[in-house]
Amino acid sequence: MAKTMQGSRGERAQEKMSEVWEKTQESQAWGSIFRPGSIFRKGYSDSPRNRSYVIMNSVLYHLHPVKVKRHAVKVSYTLCLGGLSFFLFIILTVTGIFLMFFYRPTAAQAWDDIYALQTSVTFGLLVRNMHRWGAHLMVIAVFLHMARVFYHGAYKAPREFNWVIGVILLTLTLLLSFTGYLLPWDQLALWAVTVGTNMIGYTPVFGDQVRFVLLGGAEIGTNTLLRWYVLHVLFFPFITVIFMAIHFWRVRKDGGISGPL
Amino acid sequence: MTEVPEHLLKRAQAAKEKAAAKAAESAAPAESAAPAESAAPAEAAASDSRIPAHLLARSQAAKSKQAVTAEADPSTAAGGTATAVVTAPVGGAVVVAGGGPPLAAGPGGHTQRLLTVVKSGSIQDVKAKPQDKVHVWPHLLVVEFVAALVCTAFLFIFSWLVNAPLLELANFNQTPNPSKAPWYFLGLQELLTMFHPMVAGVTIPGMGIFLLILAPYMDKNPSKRPEDRKFAIALMTVHLMFWGVLVTIGSFFRGPGFLFTLPWTGGVFFEL
Repeated sequence: MAKTMQGSRGERAQEKMSEVWEKTQESQAWGSIFRPGSIFRKGYSDSPRNRSYVIMNSVLYHLHPVKVKRHAVKVSYTLCLGGLSFFLFIILTVTGIFLMFFYRPTAAQAWDDIYALQTSVTFGLLVRNMHRWGAHLMVIAVFLHMARVFYHGAYKAPREFNWVIGVILLTLTLLLSFTGYLLPWDQLALWAVTVGTNMIGYTPVFGDQVRFVLLGGAEIGTNTLLRWYVLHVLFFPFITVIFMAIHFWRVRKDGGISGPL
Repeated sequence: MTEVPEHLLKRAQAAKEKAAAKAAESAAPAESAAPAESAAPAEAAASDSRIPAHLLARSQAAKSKQAVTAEADPSTAAGGTATAVVTAPVGGAVVVAGGGPPLAAGPGGHTQRLLTVVKSGSIQDVKAKPQDKVHVWPHLLVVEFVAALVCTAFLFIFSWLVNAPLLELANFNQTPNPSKAPWYFLGLQELLTMFHPMVAGVTIPGMGIFLLILAPYMDKNPSKRPEDRKFAIALMTVHLMFWGVLVTIGSFFRGPGFLFTLPWTGGVFFEL
């Protein structure tokens, strides 16, 4: 008897495990985390109903409906460009938060901080590289997304306004990238921004005033750095997130992604 | 009319076969219960009328049952509860009219009678067309996950191999030659060599964005097919090429003093 008990130790451990798992699933805490119908409450087996529950009982329901048109999942139609733009935005947010721990936006410290980040922070160089290349990649992805939408005629009724929001998001992406360009405070940053902001001064009527507000003075300096830092890490991401929320909401309200040609 | 997707066709075919098998099954008992002469029309009706077979069988069974009860108990028939059954011409609808007043209960205590069977779509306009849809999980989520994974892997490997530039500390007294804007603004910087700064830096890009925003309102053509919208596609392509060419020239064909240079002889003056 004892021998057989020992022999089936693995079996008993398994039983114990499933018992613990069952108790966990029945507990109030578990039930409060996962909604009724969630696959984490009742287990998942592949059935049409469970496929619906995966979306309906998770936060993804904010982004995706339960079902989409078959052509909408064709990679050859969307090329995933809109989704990848959003994904790059998330990567940039994560890597950007990491960079913020090591960076002070003043003319005296900015460059040294970046240099120290690259040389003495674990993964500092890698994360900075990812942030920089990810930013360029996002500009390209958003641009290609716009081109794809145009060539598919996907901006036509009832999606006109979502196209307008898309153009605003393209502009915001460029502004996000451009404000980040100054932050390393090296020769490349300083003079690229000098060239860029000189053009703003030529805007009719209020050009000089806009330039003055953006630079925090008549010339680029430590005030400019602080302003562009705040614009880069708070202001533009905030505005962009709002417009993205409207953009994604309208995609669903206007009947999912546009139909085939 | 949209093409009906294959899996829906298959499903309809399976349902049809199932219905046919069921009709054949239920036709047999009706035949045995009913007198021989009524079996033949029932079969004919089942074959070429649009009334579901099981309803026909039920009406046949009810008819034969009434015939039996009327024979056995003439008093109920005289009371007016027996039902006058009118069979419409084959191919039309079966109309079963209640003979007695509504208060009088029919056989089995029913106060409702089947008056007519109307096929859906003959009166109402059914607008819902079958749409070929798939579940987001797993079909879409898997695609998105793979795309995100590939994107992350590409970015990770690229960042591992290529370092982001960090030139020397910003120096106001030393202007690099050439000084270039970020690559996506190099088209504008290129325009600066041709036009007044207000035109190059404000008017032209402003017009570009303004026209982009207006595109869906100016384009009244409802068609999405490329062959129907050659003008729109040509216009957009020219627009995109305009910026593409300017950015390329500004990036790779401009050297010291922002003068024209060939990258294969003068070298590349370009930093990301």
